[in-house]
Amino acid sequence: MTDRNSYENILKRKADIMRQSTGIDYSKYEKGLLSFDYEGFMKEYSMPLDLVSQIQAEHGVGQTPLKELPNITALVRKIAKPGFGARIFLKDEACNDSGSFKARRASLACFLAKTLGFKGVITATSGNYGAAVASQAAKYGLKCIVVQECFDSQGIGQPEIIEKARACEAYGAEVIQLTVGPELFYVFLRLIEETGYYNASLYSPFGINGIETLGVEIVNDCLKLTQKVPDVVVVTNAGGGNLTGTARGISKTTDQKVQIVAASVNLSGLHMASDHDFNKKSFTTGHTGFGIPFTTFPDRSDVPRSAARPLRYLDRYVTVNQGEVFFMTETLCALEGLERGPAGNTALTAAFSIAQELPEDKIIVVQESEYTGAGKHHQAQLSFAKENGIDIFFGDPKAEIPGTNIILPENLSLIQTKDLDLRKIRTSLIRNYVKDYSKITNIDLNFLKDETNTSLKEVKAILRELKVEWEEENG
Amino acid sequence: MIKAGTWVQIHKIILTPNERAPHLPADTKLVPLEIWIKGTLLKDSKIGKPAEIKTVTGRIETGTLVQANPHYSHSFGNDVPELRIVRDMVKTLLWGEQND
Repeated sequence: MTDRNSYENILKRKADIMRQSTGIDYSKYEKGLLSFDYEGFMKEYSMPLDLVSQIQAEHGVGQTPLKELPNITALVRKIAKPGFGARIFLKDEACNDSGSFKARRASLACFLAKTLGFKGVITATSGNYGAAVASQAAKYGLKCIVVQECFDSQGIGQPEIIEKARACEAYGAEVIQLTVGPELFYVFLRLIEETGYYNASLYSPFGINGIETLGVEIVNDCLKLTQKVPDVVVVTNAGGGNLTGTARGISKTTDQKVQIVAASVNLSGLHMASDHDFNKKSFTTGHTGFGIPFTTFPDRSDVPRSAARPLRYLDRYVTVNQGEVFFMTETLCALEGLERGPAGNTALTAAFSIAQELPEDKIIVVQESEYTGAGKHHQAQLSFAKENGIDIFFGDPKAEIPGTNIILPENLSLIQTKDLDLRKIRTSLIRNYVKDYSKITNIDLNFLKDETNTSLKEVKAILRELKVEWEEENG
Repeated sequence: MIKAGTWVQIHKIILTPNERAPHLPADTKLVPLEIWIKGTLLKDSKIGKPAEIKTVTGRIETGTLVQANPHYSHSFGNDVPELRIVRDMVKTLLWGEQND
């Protein structure tokens, strides 16, 4: 095919399109065979955090309240062993303009687009980020296009995504709605080329820099309320940016060890690019369908090198089931009087389980909440699941089969996170990066150590298993 | 007849099944990649007929006219009785019997 805009031809121009739409020459940071200078790259494309905070504060973002959830803590203590049941706090990110922490990422994207002289911003997202970019673009007088994966081949829209389209349009964005498939990226590239807009990628360094303020605020808010830094911060994990930015912000604010726990909703067995499976999901983000692939291969994103690299920062990765998260979403409403979106409550559900492992004087911060509303409300999602033939009943959530049933815990003690094996996740990341090589350089060896947040000894052991050799010294 | 100047939604096929990306799941590979876009109708048209629109960002797009004055109808869903059971369960555990 000779069409300039054919799938193949657009993808061939990807690197040029990216360079023009982000203002970043990614090739400058490439090192070794498979490595890149992550910290150098982050340093060059980040702003000082006090400036970031100021930009955000002037645009309705940040300084959200950290709220103690005393009734949920009390509920934990009803079922924990005596003396156990850590205090649970929630960083109520739903209070950002547009209703989620994504406003922090969007704020810098739109600030930069305006500063660099772009007429508009464009983003590919079916999540809260679309509304966040649209809201921030409205403040700067920028045009905005949001590209969504929205419908299955029967034209049935996922209600949560439909609601996000509505929100984007409410903020004045043009919303492009597509059926299921990874070629969304092709449509996105075509539109960038056509419009010359700024690519407000979730995975740009600024997209992460914008979240670092969340980590800073969590530490400072917690110190104010409790005179202590949090022992554990639980982060809902999908593309990894939320975790990366928060962890970086925390480490820039305190030297004390804060355990970073990633939490995703278990959607194993459902294929993310399957037309049939699309509307069998009751979560459109915060799930393992994004969390695992992005943790084990962060550079799968819409930019050549992702600034979101969660495996560098997480200490523990847990999953929870859909039924448990819906249960906790209703519990947050019933006991704390807070009506929030289910996907954002993934970390809350994990915190409910983890709090039982810790003494009463320990502090867990649930790092975000998101707005709720028509389509994305937990009742809307459960109702939609029933329409799609998903069985909903009370029982043991561990038996839940995503796409077939949603099991609400029949008693509270059944809300239990499942720990993922980090050794397996590290092996998977290393396998993804070395797959084209039989021998890697010393630079690559050290890059993989940093990427997996482990020791050289461990990386070497994994490389041996994968039958890949390495250079001991540079050269 | 839908008059020029009306807010409408158009639809088109972006990639036919044989133009789609490799390595798709089998069910997705069987169907085309479709797109829906909204904007102001530039010339009178009819539902099911070709239409040209101007989007809110000022782009011109063409496709098949599918809806005039498109609106949202997503909702809070049907009643889900299970949620009342959850509510009662956690309130009773924390605060004691609710029907005293």
